[in-house]
Amino acid sequence: MATRSISSRIGAVLAAPVIWLARLLNLPLKWWQGMTGTGGMAAFFLAPNMAIFGIFVLLPLVINFAYSMTSGQALFLSDRSYVGGEQYARLMDCGNYLDPTTCREDLFWIALRNTALFVVVQVSMMTVVAMITALILNREIRGRGFWRAVFFFPVLLSPVVVGLIWRWILQREGLLNFILYNVGLEPHVWLTDRFYSFVATVGVSVWAHMGFYTLILLAGLQAIPRDLYEAAEMDGTRAGRVFWRITLPLLMPNLLVVIVLALIRAVQIFDEAYVLTGGGPGTSTLYLTQYIYEVGFASLLRNPGLAAAASIIMGLILVVLTLIQLGLGRRNEKAGERK
Amino acid sequence: MNGTKRVLGASFAALLSASAVQAGDVRLMWYSDGVEGEVIQDLLNRFMEENPDINVTLDNVAYKVIMEQLPIQLESGEGPDIARVTNIKELANHWLDLRPLLSDPAYWDTNFGDQFDWMRPDGSDAIPGFLTQLTLTGGFANQTLFEQAGVEMPGEGATWDDWIAASAEVMQSQQTPAAFAIDRSGHRISGPNVSYGANYIGPDGMPAPVDDGTKTFATKLVDWTNEGLMLKDTWVAAAGSTYRAAADDFINAQIPFYYSGSWQVANLSSKIGDGFDWVATGSPCGTAGCSGLKGGAALVAVKYTKNQDDVVKVMEYLSREDVVKEFSERTLFLPAHKGVIEKGGLNWVTEDKNVGPALDAFVKASSETLPAADALPAWVWGNAYYGALVTRISQVMAGEMSLDDAWVRIDQDIADKVAQGN
Amino acid sequence: MSRVAEFLTRRRGGSGWDWTDIFTWVWLIAGIFVMFGPAVWLVLSSFKTPAALAEFPPTVLPMATEQVMVEGYDNPLELYSVSMPDGSEQVLAQVRRVGTIAQMVDPDAPDEIVKVNIAERTPQRRVAFATENYVVPLEQNDFLLYLRNSVFVTVMATIITLLTNSMAAFALSKYRFRGRDGVMLLIVATLMVPLSVILVPLYSVVNAVGLFDSLWGVILPTVATPTGVFLLRQYMLTIPDELLDAARMDHASEWQIYWRIILPLAAPALAVLAIFSIVWRWNDFLWPLVVLSRKELYTLQVGLNTYAGELNVQWHYILAMTVVTMIPVVLVFVFLQRYITAGIAGSGLK
Repeated sequence: MATRSISSRIGAVLAAPVIWLARLLNLPLKWWQGMTGTGGMAAFFLAPNMAIFGIFVLLPLVINFAYSMTSGQALFLSDRSYVGGEQYARLMDCGNYLDPTTCREDLFWIALRNTALFVVVQVSMMTVVAMITALILNREIRGRGFWRAVFFFPVLLSPVVVGLIWRWILQREGLLNFILYNVGLEPHVWLTDRFYSFVATVGVSVWAHMGFYTLILLAGLQAIPRDLYEAAEMDGTRAGRVFWRITLPLLMPNLLVVIVLALIRAVQIFDEAYVLTGGGPGTSTLYLTQYIYEVGFASLLRNPGLAAAASIIMGLILVVLTLIQLGLGRRNEKAGERK
Repeated sequence: MNGTKRVLGASFAALLSASAVQAGDVRLMWYSDGVEGEVIQDLLNRFMEENPDINVTLDNVAYKVIMEQLPIQLESGEGPDIARVTNIKELANHWLDLRPLLSDPAYWDTNFGDQFDWMRPDGSDAIPGFLTQLTLTGGFANQTLFEQAGVEMPGEGATWDDWIAASAEVMQSQQTPAAFAIDRSGHRISGPNVSYGANYIGPDGMPAPVDDGTKTFATKLVDWTNEGLMLKDTWVAAAGSTYRAAADDFINAQIPFYYSGSWQVANLSSKIGDGFDWVATGSPCGTAGCSGLKGGAALVAVKYTKNQDDVVKVMEYLSREDVVKEFSERTLFLPAHKGVIEKGGLNWVTEDKNVGPALDAFVKASSETLPAADALPAWVWGNAYYGALVTRISQVMAGEMSLDDAWVRIDQDIADKVAQGN
Repeated sequence: MSRVAEFLTRRRGGSGWDWTDIFTWVWLIAGIFVMFGPAVWLVLSSFKTPAALAEFPPTVLPMATEQVMVEGYDNPLELYSVSMPDGSEQVLAQVRRVGTIAQMVDPDAPDEIVKVNIAERTPQRRVAFATENYVVPLEQNDFLLYLRNSVFVTVMATIITLLTNSMAAFALSKYRFRGRDGVMLLIVATLMVPLSVILVPLYSVVNAVGLFDSLWGVILPTVATPTGVFLLRQYMLTIPDELLDAARMDHASEWQIYWRIILPLAAPALAVLAIFSIVWRWNDFLWPLVVLSRKELYTLQVGLNTYAGELNVQWHYILAMTVVTMIPVVLVFVFLQRYITAGIAGSGLK
């Protein structure tokens, strides 16, 4: 209770000037509303956000697209030379699309393949783990707030810190090998092993973000009416059947949000993996964003044109994936309504 | 909306006042591997006492900033007044020519002249700055491990094969995870490559295709990795041209032999302490010689400065013989100042008995570098070559491609960079 | 004791344990170790000396070798436990080490030097926290300045985010106008662009509007978060239109409707966005690193990275400063965590 009153008092103090400002604004805005009607008000409400959005999100995207048609190292578009689709052609120059080593930009294709594999494995693992955790946190256990905090906690850490912590744990002389050594098991050099490195990037990214998805699912679970379960219990329905017939269908919208968001984030995987494995061993955990970052920004002879082209291709893949998912979701919804 | 406007107005005003340059202000962008940030701050404080009208601000930054942010800043005609930089050749067009501004350019030519080509465009006679430290790649051996194993340490003129064979014996006897490691960096393996007869620079000054010298040593490296002699972690556990040092493994007595460079001396000294005895071995020999590779970080003046006069004063102060000497003695870096080197008698500020001989060994080894290695720091495509080598050779080590494919890829990567850079 | 037992065995139904109860507790207990363990390890490691950090096998707690003052020696000597040739164990102080032979003395009889093979001795250690990892960077750097900058960026960015995003979300959820779906689609589409991909173009934009090397250059590009608009809009859709119509009947202006009806009703969603915005902006690293180059403007995350050099990284300082930067975020979470579930629960994501 003490914390609640303190935080609400802090809130009141912080809110005071805002409220005062809001009152002050009312008069000129009323005049504006009179002049332009509600349509003008919509424009007014949208304006600040869209102005910032336009300058700092949309404009860079447009420039990025323009970059992808130019070559050279120059920073400003006006200093760059137009090459049309050459960068795209270079990325797409492949002897055989299934074998990255036949491609001119082999690293791009390797990164693409790794990212695809990562997305499939990570999103399914994330969904399952978050689902199990949400189901467990939805049970009547003591200290639910505490347990929720336990699983949410890593969401607060910066990705760089996450990568760092786990590198210290997984490296040859790290904590995990120390534990294995002490319980009499054979230590393993995890980060030079292709399979384990991949598993590590998947596991660590699930570790870092599952708390967020768990909460979305938990919110959905708590919105399912209790009497549905009670009715099922009276009918003597088995727990597994209850989950498949009641919980899962009613949770579908939340699950969809989880999958879409997890997917978008998985395609963008960068910081944690970059700090953890640096893309190695070899190129087995080299993901798209790292490729783009290194080509366009971090290498000594930057190639922003090629990086931009790669990012446009990546964006297209994302849009297609999302549309497919939303389409699937809508079909499900419609099927649900018909029932 | 006037609230927002006021906020914006105030912020823009703050912005303008922040970016207005005041006379007497000099900004120095600096990165640190160890204590050199503190040392330079001390030296600058003394300078400011002597020159109360000049205010030097030291911006300590991550090395990442120097590599990634500074180039784009410079390209938009901005940046600090002075910076400590390592990719001095690629950015040479952005440096200020101090020659017409210095009170005694002859002093600079005599003492720092050998390295000016590393930091100015080809054919220019500019004086852009000076090296804060000279570095030289070279090996370190864990003397205690060798003694415990009863293995004789290879002496003068020993080849890479000799060193690896001896280290392998130590590894067998002392059960270390590997015999040796080299930092994951194209720069680090270029000295050894040259020792086996490599020459990266073609007759036209452009990158030459990968030659037999490079192939010989790179093949050895891959073999040593496959045989478990070279520590796998350093090279294999990263992609691209990411830098990874194996210093911690040497410090931890996990490898008897470690090939890195003179800059590690301070680091080894502080972390090994009394753990074991170590020595600097210089560079093992190949068929063509026993070459390491020189390098270093330079302090350069940026030509977009609005405060040339004060910048020159700061540069003249920091390049003074006594200041350079003190800086080297306290940071345990090799000085690049000819006068300081020739007079010798540097009083290394350390209690560690391993440090003095190690630094002396590096000074001695610096006379054994081959011409093909000495040409590299002043060669504009050096870093493109190093990056391609690391990227592809570590892919071979990871079993992703064959050596023959790697040579083709390396040539292709470098050609792409050249096409991109022109 | 019985209360603890009661707490630990508390479960769903009244009847006996079934496998789901066991699974639940296994999952939860494992969760504690897996979720907190790494962070605890980070905190403990941040108190280790550079030498101890590089050590393998690592110790769980930060350790240091014990030292004693021995008569006749100016500096304190390190204590080792030595297995003597006669099989006994003895604690000796090391005078110096030459190669594989250590010269040691008995602290109680300091005159006689004993020569010991270094394989025969192990250091006597005790727990010691290397607090200098914290003290040195805090003194050396303008830590307070970095803290102020971080707080400024986080607070300003969060306020602007809440204000602009909620206004936009209001327009997008409660007004019908041409192009509304287009705007919405645009916003959702940009959810998919990671910053690291448009670093160069964004830099050139920020540079062109004169925001390079200014805290506003850090703040503004991050505030128009598509996520925020999306989240708030979904939540506001659940607010019934009838409330708005009733207010309009009472001659409330649209602005009043926004700040007297919509904002209070959207409070849980705003709280969620606030928490995320605080966490994101506080942890932002790559972008501030690109935009800021003068140390007066450094945020904490940029400041702590000055210990990452070209050839060496001073991990002991980085770890310690990482722990320091984690503290405020954890505090914010502790104070606001009850809003998180409430907010997400109601945010129309159901």
